[in-house]
Amino acid sequence: MTRFVKNPKEVASGLLIVFLAAFFAWQAMGLPMGRAIRMGPGYFPMILAGLLGLLGLIVLLTGLTLHPVKEENEAQKIGFRRWPWVPLGLVTLAVVVFGLGIRPLGLGPSMGLAVFLSTLASRRFKLTTALASSFIMVAFSWAVFIKGLGLPLPMLGPWLGGY
Amino acid sequence: MEIFDNLALGFSVAITFQNIFYCFIGVLLGTLIGVLPGLGPVPTIAMLLPITFGLPPVSALIMLSGIYYGAQYGGSTTAILINLPGESSSVVTAIDGYQMARQGRAGAALATAAIGSFFAGSVATFLLAVFAPPLADLALKFGPPEYFALMVLGLVASVALASGSVVKALAMVVLGILLGLSGQDVYTGTPRFTFDMLELADGIEFVALAMGVFGIGEIVRNLEDEHTRTVMVQKVKGLLLSKDDIKRIIGPILRGTFLGSFLGILPGGGAILSSFAAYSIEKKISRHPEKFGKGAIEGVAGPEAANNAGAQTSFIPMLTLGIPSNPVMALMIGALIIQGIVPGPNVVNEQPSLFWGIIASMWIGNLMLVVLNLPLIGIWVRLLTVPYHILFPLIVGFCCIGVYSVNNNAIDVFTMAVFGVVGYVLVKLDCEPAPLLLGFIIGPMLEEYLRRAMLISRGDPTVFFTRPISATMLGLAILALVVVLLPSVRKKREEAFQE
Repeated sequence: MTRFVKNPKEVASGLLIVFLAAFFAWQAMGLPMGRAIRMGPGYFPMILAGLLGLLGLIVLLTGLTLHPVKEENEAQKIGFRRWPWVPLGLVTLAVVVFGLGIRPLGLGPSMGLAVFLSTLASRRFKLTTALASSFIMVAFSWAVFIKGLGLPLPMLGPWLGGY
Repeated sequence: MEIFDNLALGFSVAITFQNIFYCFIGVLLGTLIGVLPGLGPVPTIAMLLPITFGLPPVSALIMLSGIYYGAQYGGSTTAILINLPGESSSVVTAIDGYQMARQGRAGAALATAAIGSFFAGSVATFLLAVFAPPLADLALKFGPPEYFALMVLGLVASVALASGSVVKALAMVVLGILLGLSGQDVYTGTPRFTFDMLELADGIEFVALAMGVFGIGEIVRNLEDEHTRTVMVQKVKGLLLSKDDIKRIIGPILRGTFLGSFLGILPGGGAILSSFAAYSIEKKISRHPEKFGKGAIEGVAGPEAANNAGAQTSFIPMLTLGIPSNPVMALMIGALIIQGIVPGPNVVNEQPSLFWGIIASMWIGNLMLVVLNLPLIGIWVRLLTVPYHILFPLIVGFCCIGVYSVNNNAIDVFTMAVFGVVGYVLVKLDCEPAPLLLGFIIGPMLEEYLRRAMLISRGDPTVFFTRPISATMLGLAILALVVVLLPSVRKKREEAFQE
């Protein structure tokens, strides 16, 4: 199988795009199509999904070859193993934690948690700087967003005795 | 002279204490964040967008424009001082600018960049004032088919002029349009792509998408190779240019301004293209081409003038047609929409104080850049040395609260998290996320015009090719695609972007 892959990046992009096109087409199928003169909500998305699928196929095909590949180009490899999985996970987790915590915990704790979790993503993590960063950001967001811009947000949420 | 009346109106709006203040804050914040390593104009604007929501539309747009050129200027500063261009259009500045800095002429390079940018910005602003109203008048005569064709042309051109694979970029545009269509359908109220979640009924929040892709995704990408970057910044001195320097930069600045003003109007990488073009022109006509790459002041002056002129004239299609030519303009259009203003040719006539106020403030903002940046350069230099591992958690925090504050809704925060991952994956697969953002912004308008056009034509799709203006525009779009996809051109294009 892999011997027909000329450019793994193109193949992966192509597959991803085709998958997304299929997904959008499947979603659009449940929508009323209407006719060209009075297009329903599903008409344009369906056209676009078809177009997207076509483009994805082109990308996929350009990455394939009939001749077995001898040497691989370094720039065309995806290099999954070298992806920064830990930072990616931690930064995403930080954002999600903020979203989950903002209502029940309030701005202070969720901001502190989000910043602290992000600092863990760096290889040069140091506890003191991490705590300092979290504290600075909590203070800063309080000053700018609650005091300055008057966002209707408590520093401490209902779970922590706030309102 | 109508234009002077209009400019007078503009200045009367821009020179109020409030608007000068927001312009100042915008330029200051823009520069401040722009000089931080790893942050170009797009994430800077995306991050600061929520702050402007509470302001009246004019002030918000004035502040955002200020942020834009502040960030752009900040990018040049990092390019010159530490060879780290904050964005692609200052890549060229880094070539000779950094060499000048290493020879102890950092001050001269920065001053050249500032003067070039200011001159180019002033000229381009004037061009904007002259050409925008007639263009808007012309656009007012457009019907839905013409609009549809124009948007298609804009999208295709931005893809054709950008670097990287054209097919992938087109796919990103289409994906962006699909994402942009999410939420309730305007005509029937049917929810689309909302997965039965009530929170998504208004569609995917544009700020969340922009911040996710360009903010969070970018952070992960920077964490990828977290090498210990030892930043060596020399003390900046000698901001004054010698007579000889001034003589040498006049020509490049004039040529750069001209080139940038023209290329900036084109969709796609106007600013990038113009700075590259300006550099190669200067190198070609120079009597000492061997000095380029070794600290030639002309190599800083030309591209800096060009990219600033391009940045300014890229406002023309945005303000007159409502069509973004690059991601920054897409963010601006998003800001307009959030402010309740429908972008398009009507802005000039229905909101003259907004339109002319923004134009006048551009000039003031450019002046502020010079006044503010040269004396404060010491502070910016110190900011440059802030290590990334300290910086990025703060950016994450700022993005979180910023995106939450848009609607006070946690769903936007989760959306941002999703698009952070999406943005990272796309970049890793060499799919440029910028066209996705353009498609996302244009998507709803595109569908609207398509539907209206089909209604007028009674369902006959040939309407796009029987009306001359729309036929011409679609023809140009097809031509652009064919040309870019031709194998011979494709090779040359790749070479051009390699340089």
